[in-house]
Amino acid sequence: MNALAANARVVRALGMRSIRQTFRRPQLLAPILVFPTLLLAIQTGGAGGAIELPGFPQVQSFLQFMLAGAMMQSLMLAGNSGGIALAVDIEMGFTDRLFSSPIPRFAIVLGRLAGTAALGLFASLWFLAIGLAFGATIEAGVAGALLAMFLVTSCALAVGGIGAAIALRTGSASVVQGLFPLVLVVLFLSSAFFPQELMIEPAKTIAQYNPLSFVVEGIREPMISGIHASDTLYALLAILGIVVLGLVLSDRALRHRLRVG
Amino acid sequence: MAAIEVVGLERAFGDVLAVQGVDLAVDEGEIYGFLGPNGAGKTTTVRMLTTLLLPTGGRATVAGHDVVAAAREVRRSIGVALQEAALDPLMTGRELIRLQATLQGLPTAEGRRRADDLLERVDLAAAADRRVGTYSGGMQRRLDLAAALVHEPRVLFLDEPTTGLDPVSRKTIWQEVRELNEDGTTVFLTTQYLEEADQLADNVGIIDSGRIVAEGTPEALKADIGNPHIQLQLAEGSIAEAEEICARIGRLLPPKDGKRVLVEVERGAADIPRVVRALDEAGIAVESLELVQPTLDDVFVAKTGYRLEEDEERAEEEAVEA
Repeated sequence: MNALAANARVVRALGMRSIRQTFRRPQLLAPILVFPTLLLAIQTGGAGGAIELPGFPQVQSFLQFMLAGAMMQSLMLAGNSGGIALAVDIEMGFTDRLFSSPIPRFAIVLGRLAGTAALGLFASLWFLAIGLAFGATIEAGVAGALLAMFLVTSCALAVGGIGAAIALRTGSASVVQGLFPLVLVVLFLSSAFFPQELMIEPAKTIAQYNPLSFVVEGIREPMISGIHASDTLYALLAILGIVVLGLVLSDRALRHRLRVG
Repeated sequence: MAAIEVVGLERAFGDVLAVQGVDLAVDEGEIYGFLGPNGAGKTTTVRMLTTLLLPTGGRATVAGHDVVAAAREVRRSIGVALQEAALDPLMTGRELIRLQATLQGLPTAEGRRRADDLLERVDLAAAADRRVGTYSGGMQRRLDLAAALVHEPRVLFLDEPTTGLDPVSRKTIWQEVRELNEDGTTVFLTTQYLEEADQLADNVGIIDSGRIVAEGTPEALKADIGNPHIQLQLAEGSIAEAEEICARIGRLLPPKDGKRVLVEVERGAADIPRVVRALDEAGIAVESLELVQPTLDDVFVAKTGYRLEEDEERAEEEAVEA
């Protein structure tokens, strides 16, 4: 077995552990599925009339508009939960088991991110299923659904990198958990739950430059209108930026952790 | 060839030098007992030898590989069971050992076979598919040991493997360590239990405040400090007065519990009548008297000036106060 295949096997094994860990610890799974689903239900039920507002994008239903926001919330919290789980591993010494094994140490981060990405994929399927079950249509069809799933999965990986970096730097689950409200603030300051056109200043300007808005629009457009190359490209660039940031920060945090023990 | 060779190893945390120029050598196939109180530098040393912590000075090789320059080769050659069993309570025992096999690069089929064999060996086959969080402390330590053995390492590091275990679980771990060693595995064992080091180790290093203060076989260390001591329990009379009298005959040792007097004597049994007579003349009645040959406990006292048990009690008191 060559080195690349061996490392891929390690990343897959650690990713599988990460997924099992999430499904066996309800407090990690709840933020990923339960909270976004409840928020989706409440918003769709309570603010469905918003689609009649002047300037609201042309959509089939408010649910169709909100699906991208729910997926975004889910993947952000998956990244946060991944960070919490990694910090718990550090606190209980499990990472010592990994660090004392003959594997590239960054495989430990990649394994965690693989698990977070898989949870992102699962979340995208979950919300697509909910949307379809409650009558929402996906305008770009199967290709649009696949694109949305790809963007959600890759953005989960990207956000997971930042969660992992914070976990590695602090080694404290409570610190990572403390970022939970911040995740929601950043999300609300994007176009995840409301169209940018209807926001007021300064939220409108912040949302305009918030990278998450680009990702949300990249996920949303295939659902409400069709696949647009520019939206997809901006979403991919935003995700790439978050990936690079997450990996650089994780690498630095990992080196710091190994240096200080 | 030495399985472990350490020269002038140092580790500083800010201004605090936790390990200060440790030198030691462990031969292939040896059990090396690394003995010391809490905070002496045992775990820091082990973390450097297992590549979990970079040294700030000196050098060390494990299985012939430098712990800094060839860390990955070191990790391939060692098994590690750390002080706090590094287990995921949500995994099953079988999942954990299979994961460890993957981390060590074993092919899937071999990893599964090794996992089954090891679970059988440490008597966890029946609990293999239960979550680790449901295991007792002894079961967790046995699982941790099994995981450390999955790739048949040349050198096994056990950091306080029996701390907090009941006597039965402790003896089970000891038996495992002996069997492993008989199979040729070199074992580096840190412990704060003198009996553990005495029972298991071919060679013992005593570390205190980051420095090795004594090293040798348990027998040589005991012989080195020399004389046996008399242990007296009084039926009536003042302990302070008894200590004053005994101090004229031999060298008083730090008391173990405040109820007994310990005095080191040069002539062993021949000094007993002198002690009894002197106490009798002072009107101090002796309830029991025992001649005790030197133990590692005495070696520890001779080399550090205090008893390991005192340190454990202090640590427990601090934990309670905290």
